[in-house]
Amino acid sequence: MTLFTIFIGAAIINNYVLVQFLGICPFVGVSKKIESSLSMGMATTFVMTLAATVTWLIYHFILTPLNLQFLQIVSFILVIASLVQLVEMFIKKVSKPLYDTLGIFLPLITTNCAIMGVALFLVMKEYTFIESIVFGFSAGVGFTLAIVLMAGIREELELADVPEHFRGAPITMIVAGCLALAFMGFAGMI
Amino acid sequence: MSNKKILLEPIIKNNPITIQVLGICSALAVTSQLKPSIVMGISVTVIIMFSNIIVSMIRKWIPKNIRIIVEMTVIATMVILVDQFLRAFMFDVSKQLSVFVGLIITNCIVLGRLEGFALHNKVMPSLFDGLGNGFGYALILIIIGGMRELFGSGKLLGMQIIPQWLYDAGYVDNGLLMLAPGAFFLLGLLVWLQRSITKQYEEE
Repeated sequence: MTLFTIFIGAAIINNYVLVQFLGICPFVGVSKKIESSLSMGMATTFVMTLAATVTWLIYHFILTPLNLQFLQIVSFILVIASLVQLVEMFIKKVSKPLYDTLGIFLPLITTNCAIMGVALFLVMKEYTFIESIVFGFSAGVGFTLAIVLMAGIREELELADVPEHFRGAPITMIVAGCLALAFMGFAGMI
Repeated sequence: MSNKKILLEPIIKNNPITIQVLGICSALAVTSQLKPSIVMGISVTVIIMFSNIIVSMIRKWIPKNIRIIVEMTVIATMVILVDQFLRAFMFDVSKQLSVFVGLIITNCIVLGRLEGFALHNKVMPSLFDGLGNGFGYALILIIIGGMRELFGSGKLLGMQIIPQWLYDAGYVDNGLLMLAPGAFFLLGLLVWLQRSITKQYEEE
């Protein structure tokens, strides 16, 4: 499989949020403003790419030689948690403006199942090292795309007269359903 | 609070999915058929219950600032056990659930119950709390899974439910329900139904 097909596949056709249902919590929780969802998307893409790289190395150089594949869940989650912590400290030291934009979203990323999903998927699909990095990055791009689109719609939705019991989560679900319907149009592109 | 109330409250009145809107990812992803939904519901119930019990037992020895890591490790252990069990005894369902068994670890319901309940309560109430929340979660999964399989493919647990004469008379399965958008619509409508009955929703 070429790297380009992996990119299109992970970012658009099998979009992480709208087709695979990964990372719905931040998708519902954060997508209220375009700016903040863009920051969230960037932070997630960044951590996803890193996490894909590191978990691939750990799986192939530590867990496989020792025959400890069943420990992948616990090792991945600890790696992701410490990775997020490290990234947070690093960004704080190096670039203050970037930290102020991404800052509050970074801790949230640990519990984002999309990151863990990337780690588990790349093991399951047996990607090579380079493919894994591309896969992690494109999954992040797909997440960003979905969450920014959603934020754009929700900003308009603020002005709409939604029935009382439909406000909040239910209407977000319905809108997400419509978006997913639109994304189905990409199916079969490759 | 009595144990009975702890057990029953999260099933309808304070349901983790429809009221607290937690753990939706798996509720949408595994529910295209009834069988994986049931298995997933049971798995999560077992994991919440045992993690709750373990954390509640060691709650006095967990240092405050590393409690999240400790809780994560407890949950991860339970998830690995369940995952290995499913692979050994129900391989086909395990294949269907794919990464979503592993992803129970990032399910906010489990960590939320440990943080919010097991850390401050005795073992017995924690057990009932875990059981109640697990049932609440499983209930929604089973409702969604059942509806998607029944109206999406006319079957339940792989058995044909909608009779042939209905198809002959022009009835068509709603294939959309088996796909991603159908899951979103169904959950949205379910949350709306629940909220209009209980009149309870998050503050804007």
